[in-house]
Amino acid sequence: MTLLLSVLEQGFIYSIMALGMYITYKILDFPDMTVDGSFPMGAAITAVMISKGVFPILTLPICFLAGGIIGTLTGLIHVKFKVRDLLSGIIMMTALYSLNLAIAGRANLPIYNMQTIFDNSLFDSLIPGDLKAYQTVLVIAAIAILTKLILDAYLNTKSGYLLRAVGDNETLVTSLGKEKGLVKIVGLSIANGLVALSGCLFAQQQRFFDISIGTGTAVIGLASVIIGTSLFKRISFFNITTSVVAGALIYKACVAIAVRLGLPSSYLKMITAGLFLLILVIGKDKKKKVKAI
Amino acid sequence: MIELRKISKNYNPGSVNEICLFKEFDFTVEAGEFVSVVGSNGSGKTSMLNIICGNIEIDQGEILINGQDITKMKEFLRHRRIGRVFQDPSKGTCPSMNILENMSIADNKGKAFNLSRGTNKQKTEYYRGLLRPLNLGLEDKMETQVGALSGGQRQALSLLMSTMTPIDILILDEHTAALDPKTAEIIMSLTDQVVREKKLTTIMVTHNLRYAVEYGNRIVMMHEGKVILDKKEEQKSILETEEIMNIFNKISVECGN
Repeated sequence: MTLLLSVLEQGFIYSIMALGMYITYKILDFPDMTVDGSFPMGAAITAVMISKGVFPILTLPICFLAGGIIGTLTGLIHVKFKVRDLLSGIIMMTALYSLNLAIAGRANLPIYNMQTIFDNSLFDSLIPGDLKAYQTVLVIAAIAILTKLILDAYLNTKSGYLLRAVGDNETLVTSLGKEKGLVKIVGLSIANGLVALSGCLFAQQQRFFDISIGTGTAVIGLASVIIGTSLFKRISFFNITTSVVAGALIYKACVAIAVRLGLPSSYLKMITAGLFLLILVIGKDKKKKVKAI
Repeated sequence: MIELRKISKNYNPGSVNEICLFKEFDFTVEAGEFVSVVGSNGSGKTSMLNIICGNIEIDQGEILINGQDITKMKEFLRHRRIGRVFQDPSKGTCPSMNILENMSIADNKGKAFNLSRGTNKQKTEYYRGLLRPLNLGLEDKMETQVGALSGGQRQALSLLMSTMTPIDILILDEHTAALDPKTAEIIMSLTDQVVREKKLTTIMVTHNLRYAVEYGNRIVMMHEGKVILDKKEEQKSILETEEIMNIFNKISVECGN
């Protein structure tokens, strides 16, 4: 039961990050490494704010905005300075390592015994006593689902259409009299906003910030997106963002099972990478078979 | 009206591979003209289109549209008044979006892409009405992803999308070259219909000499960055495909290809 709860909690937290990666990787076709820095940045900002006693709900919009600024910078580096997509992200990721240390003041910042988004006076009074054990997972799921619904709604606006068009066919966006670079920057900023938001929830659930939590974020995100989009492709009532959220949950479950089976947790990043490789290889096999038919 | 004044363009300037494409090139298209441009590979046809659209920067000269100098205007800004259909049918549409979504982004050209809803019922009916005359059955496939359509269907959609909003100029860049002969015929007659209906100033680059002779009210042949044949209205109407073919063969032989 505890295992299931922790999978659901972490899965939903990472699903918000995966939704961000879905924008960059699937829609924009931009392998964005910035997330390895913007995820812990969300966590760092949150840890500092919580330890200063800021009301927890405020951490969410602030982290989203901070992530948005970081995404904008990655976009500017790529669009204005014409640096390749992968390199733009790596530059930002490296710079963010120092920035995150500066924000948190040190490499590890615990926030035990403080009010968090899952455990504060407001929610304590709202959620009845017999659901207390599930309070954390309920709040996380609510935030993740709400984020998904807002993203769905956005992708169906005119601005959202343009974002989808730019990844699909840049030439068309130019033909429509719009600057494609600007649309990409908007996409990157929303994506990194979501990633920082995910980092914000992560810090509050784990009750600490650590400089190393960002390592492998991009891999986890990509794995979730690929699992989700390839597993649920044929299920019509699962739209693509739902598939991504489900992908994140499945991915976290796989990792949890691997640890449960006795793999030492110090090998966590190895498992993360190994699973991702496995998914890529399986995904490729499938494509080949389809072609052979 | 499009005016190209004393356009000069060199590729790889200052190196051994320097190629002079245009030298003091002048070209004018009057408002309402439908010009077919023919010429062998490397004659500068497509480069001329790219220069008008802003894909290629020029070394010297001026580009004017309806009297306004657009030489320094950015590519995406120029396109607010230009519609363009490419040789590759996939360049004019978004493959992962459905027909309805594709048409709504095209319909929104020149307006703000804000947070209002992308489509609504009323619009859907309007788009169906636009698709019906194409006789390709697209009006019943509004929810189909454009990537699943055939090249001809996509090109018809591209043509429709690029002429949905008011534009000053229509640029057709070998837009039937990637299609089978029958589909090419359909797209070509559709093009003629749209150009007549909307009285568009049009430049069509084509390798099909018959189309060049049959359609439009002006024909231009280019060779090594120069206009070597230019016939309008009555002069053009007495021109035969064979005649053009002969001139075309002659310059090709001179070049050794």
